[in-house]
Amino acid sequence: MQQDILLEVQDLSVELLATPSQASKTLIQPISFNIKKGEVFALVGGSGSGKSITSLALMRLLPSALHITGGQVLLSGQDIFAYNELQMNSVRGKQIAMVFQEPQSALNPVQSIGQQVAESLREHQKLKGAELKRKVLSLLEEVGIPEPEQRYDWYPHQLSGGQKQRVVIAIALACEPMLLVADEPTTALDVTIQKQILSLLDDIRRRRQLAILLITHDMGVVAEMADRVAVMQKGAIVEQALVKDFFASPQHPYSQELLAFLPKGNEFCQPVTEDALLELKDIKVWFPQRKGLLQRVYDHTKAVDGVSLSIAPGETLALVGESGSGKTTVGRAILRLEDISAGEVYFAGQRIDVLNKNKFLPLRKKIQIIFQDPFSSMNPRFSVREILEEGMKSLGVGINASERETRMQQLLEKVGLHAGHLDRFPHEFSGGQRQRIAIARALAVEPDLIICDEPTSALDLSIRGQVLDLLQELQREFGIAYLLITHDLSIIPKVAHRVAVMKEGRIVEQGSSQQIMENPQNEYTQSLLASVPSLLSKVSDEELF
Amino acid sequence: MFAYIVRRALYAIPILIGVNILTFALFFMVNTPDQMARVQLGDKHISEEAVEQWKQQRGYDKPLFLNTEENSQGLITDTIFYQKSFSLFLMEFGRSDAGRMIGADIQQRMWPSLALAIPTFIIGIAVNIVFALFVVMFRATAIDTAALILCVALLSISAIFYILGGQYFIAKLWHWVPISGYLPGFEAWRFLILPVAIGVVSGIGGGTRLYRTLFLEEANKDYVRTARAKGVSETKVLFKHVLPNGLIPILTSVVVVIPSLFMGSLLMESFFGIPGLGSYTLDAIQAQDFAIVRSMVFLGSVLYILGLILTDISYTLVDPRVRLS
Amino acid sequence: MSISILDVKPVFLFSDILIYILVASLGLFFYQLMRNPLSRARWRGVFQSAAGMAAFVVICFYVLVALLDSIHYREPLPILENQTEVHYSQEIRSALDLIFVGVHKRSEKTYSSPFSLQLFTKENMQDENDNLYRDYPMLKHAGQHLSSPAEQGQDVVNKSLLALLVGLLISAVFVGSHMLWRKIKKPTTELPWWSAYLTATVLVLAGSWAIGLSQYYHIAGTNIVGVDVFYQSIKAIRTGVLIGTLATLLTLPIAIVLGISAGYFRGWVDDAVQYIYTTLSSIPGILLIAASVLLIDVYIELHPESFSLGAVRADFKFLALCFILGMTSWTGLCRLLRAETLKVSQLDYVQAAHAFGVSNLRVIFKHILPNVTHIILIAMVLDFSVFVLAEAVLSYIGVGVDPSMASWGNMINEARSELSRDPVVWWPVLSAFVLMFVLVLAANVFSDRVRDAFDPRFGKG
Repeated sequence: MQQDILLEVQDLSVELLATPSQASKTLIQPISFNIKKGEVFALVGGSGSGKSITSLALMRLLPSALHITGGQVLLSGQDIFAYNELQMNSVRGKQIAMVFQEPQSALNPVQSIGQQVAESLREHQKLKGAELKRKVLSLLEEVGIPEPEQRYDWYPHQLSGGQKQRVVIAIALACEPMLLVADEPTTALDVTIQKQILSLLDDIRRRRQLAILLITHDMGVVAEMADRVAVMQKGAIVEQALVKDFFASPQHPYSQELLAFLPKGNEFCQPVTEDALLELKDIKVWFPQRKGLLQRVYDHTKAVDGVSLSIAPGETLALVGESGSGKTTVGRAILRLEDISAGEVYFAGQRIDVLNKNKFLPLRKKIQIIFQDPFSSMNPRFSVREILEEGMKSLGVGINASERETRMQQLLEKVGLHAGHLDRFPHEFSGGQRQRIAIARALAVEPDLIICDEPTSALDLSIRGQVLDLLQELQREFGIAYLLITHDLSIIPKVAHRVAVMKEGRIVEQGSSQQIMENPQNEYTQSLLASVPSLLSKVSDEELF
Repeated sequence: MFAYIVRRALYAIPILIGVNILTFALFFMVNTPDQMARVQLGDKHISEEAVEQWKQQRGYDKPLFLNTEENSQGLITDTIFYQKSFSLFLMEFGRSDAGRMIGADIQQRMWPSLALAIPTFIIGIAVNIVFALFVVMFRATAIDTAALILCVALLSISAIFYILGGQYFIAKLWHWVPISGYLPGFEAWRFLILPVAIGVVSGIGGGTRLYRTLFLEEANKDYVRTARAKGVSETKVLFKHVLPNGLIPILTSVVVVIPSLFMGSLLMESFFGIPGLGSYTLDAIQAQDFAIVRSMVFLGSVLYILGLILTDISYTLVDPRVRLS
Repeated sequence: MSISILDVKPVFLFSDILIYILVASLGLFFYQLMRNPLSRARWRGVFQSAAGMAAFVVICFYVLVALLDSIHYREPLPILENQTEVHYSQEIRSALDLIFVGVHKRSEKTYSSPFSLQLFTKENMQDENDNLYRDYPMLKHAGQHLSSPAEQGQDVVNKSLLALLVGLLISAVFVGSHMLWRKIKKPTTELPWWSAYLTATVLVLAGSWAIGLSQYYHIAGTNIVGVDVFYQSIKAIRTGVLIGTLATLLTLPIAIVLGISAGYFRGWVDDAVQYIYTTLSSIPGILLIAASVLLIDVYIELHPESFSLGAVRADFKFLALCFILGMTSWTGLCRLLRAETLKVSQLDYVQAAHAFGVSNLRVIFKHILPNVTHIILIAMVLDFSVFVLAEAVLSYIGVGVDPSMASWGNMINEARSELSRDPVVWWPVLSAFVLMFVLVLAANVFSDRVRDAFDPRFGKG
């Protein structure tokens, strides 16, 4: 049914222009797909696959270094690539609207949100005065901004992340476009907010018969919202299908990889029953806030406000919470990267929070850390050898250079790299490989406990599974305990023995993974679990496994 | 807010004390009071009494820092340092070593300085903003490249060449304006046109380039992309989004110099014979008149710190993110 | 009597030693830097632009001139009868003078305009019959080889062609041998060498033309004491280059130590450093510099024994000025380093180093310092042109280099009165302007390329 097709992309290709230091590069190989009226079309892929570039190309909003080298885009039969800039401006915002990933920076900081929504209406529908304001208020209401009258004059920074994204959606919807391009609209938001925004988008779609091009890397979102899906890898579409068919039987190996990571079934790790290796008793980390002439402390930011937990040797405790819950601070406090304001920390029975710097030093061999961002966790000027060696040298592991060298080579092999990589530099590796190097670095000093601060959040979906598998393997071999700090509940069944849920500096619920995931008692825990775009339910319905 | 200002002002006091000590030390290492007396009195053969008398008249007969002959308060207060420097805090500048009242001189000479500095400042900023916007509108085209090259060339020329060239061609050769000099009151405009023009032109290179960079930084931000996605035209995006945001760092960076406009430009005033505070300071340096120099240094420091405070305040006024937090 | 190179007595001024040490250590520093692939890639980015390459060649030329001008010697005076030992002239010459082949010896009495054969002002003269008349006296060292003034035009053309030819040959030799070297070594990256060749050739041609013609004419005229203005401007290069480099390098130690300490240790260290640089910044720079320079003058007056030769005294004052400029200009870099250090110390890999118990000193040297180097580098190349320009202003105020030293600032200082003369004497200021402009422009273009390559925020938009 041709009339049904709203957007048709034919052989679109995009290239990165040549610079004096680099030859030109094809970023999007000729790709073709189409979107029907009122349908949700999901475009998935890892980072660098070209999905964002595709969306920008549709709107002809590519940065100047990128160039559209071929193809046509037909919107309701018209080739919008043939339009000049003026004509294109009447397409943007009016027929095709876009919602971006980062709500924090998507709004003009010095204009009120009311004005920013109004700009669209003024531009395309020439509305003015009271009529304009009325329309803006109704839009704000539609996207769920409370008290729109009052908030009309508010500035972006006065809103929360979720509310900002709602405003961005309001702006997109203002002139009643036929197609909404949503580029990872919820990735930067907290889990509970994600669910709200996605359901808002769903509502809107139904009400307005809006077609959505949904770009995402989250397969759960695809399962819940999309009608059709296309998988992109390295600038090409490797598979296109109805969502039903796609999840039932993915054809392309890459698609299979993407789906392989998903939590299957209900196998949980059972908690270990040994004496605790690490024990935290009522830990508090408070940051003073000062005000006034003499900078007196008038209050505290209670990042961590009374946390007690324990980890047994060889066990993984997942510390779960949203951003701002204090989970990262707990990890840093254990390592003395932050000062503990109150409470006690015990390691192997010994009280360690009162040790001075020198006495604590040998303990640094026992407790190590892996950071979230594989790009900033290693000095770009250090070779891999220097990175791995740094800890060994300062903590006295390995008697001489050759012993250290042997150890480093073994470590690299263990994490799935080669000894030859010792002379290379971080920028030569992918994100997943760098995280492996970071793991090797932590392992180098033979720790008993590793604090993993969101170790897979910054990695592509298909890589996450591999890194988690590696961590599990190392745990089995060396008996290392992990404090796994994460906001991603879906990885828990796979790797964690026990779970502690944190909210606003306190632990609201603790227990074995099975307990928490299957039978959460606390309300907050329940809402967290409910927010995970659940593949589990859809998947088990479809008898995949 | 008020508490903040008071705190900043209080912080200024140790700074001013430090400034005072530093200037004092520097000057008195160069010039002992004896030498100063000899220079001021002029003759080669001065009697000891004449020197002593000169010193006594001006309060230079006391010890420099610590007066061991007095006790308790006198230990510190009965010294040259205390007497000469602390009075500054009360804005009493005293007499110059040549005998004139410094305070009166300052009051008289600050008007010509302002008359020169303020127009240069305002016109300069306006011109630079306009040029920068223009260049940003044509970014990544030949106009952009040409403008950049021009800016680099302009800022590679020393200010003195602008002055000499301006004076030579415009004043001497073409007789459009007088070369130098000054008349008080309304007549001054004839004498100010050239120095203001030169001041503005010599600042175009650096200013336009800097503002261009600031505007471009804004133009590459996410919210500009959102505006474009709305279908807003490039020109409107530039004026309604980039400009207001770009003005924030521009304004806050220029506010810091506003108080210092009082001090005048040493170079300009000197070359153009404008009797402002800049030439006042310059003459004092060359005549080694310590009293004037330390007063000007103190004044300069106070104004600088005032500028710092003003910058902070302007952030709160201009940026809603700061204002409403 | 010609003097062989072995007869001269070498003179080692402090600044000479310093400049050679500087150049050597800069070279060593960059060699070290090249070993890190990240730095190599960035520097390649700098030289990949034709403009950057050209600017670099220009700067190298200036530095070469400054280096040549830093090899000083004193010529032996002719031995009189009854003398056993050799006495040396009070004048200190440099290797650069050799290239000029005696231009310094050919001074006139006073002003003369470029390529003129006469003095600029009329004088009272006597003719063969002892009659007084006023006319323009002929110059002693210009156009002596001409049989009549009318020949000058053709003569200039001839000599120009000859000089250009020589220049072409010289540059062909250098360019040719470099191209050969490239063919043999086959380096991997494509750099715009054509730009370097072109610039170098232009400079060599200009140089050979200028030097060639200077043998016969004063191509830029003469100044008030009759010194060839072109020669004076070239001699001023050393002053400008040295001030730019020395003052810049002298800002580094304090700025780096204080800036990084403030950003890394924070707390009271940060407060103290902020206090220091706020206090220093609030004192108008000119005053600080002026006071310090006067201090130096006093010191010199009190110790006449150490400064026997005029040139030695001038040199000491010069070094002191560089030192003072450095000591008073470090606050800007300090602030930048403090801000960057605050950022870098929050990065994960620094946190990781803390988690490994690495000592503070090691963290600073291995993690912080290498990652703020780009700021130091950018500040260095920016400061260079600022100082060269500042020298002119300082000379005007009277606290610049000693008037006996050749410097563009001194030339400009004199220009003020020269420009108000009627008819106007314009050639010294123009000469100083051209040479100073070319250097500062090259430095600014080069610093722009460095900034583009090292700090991606400042790209072309």
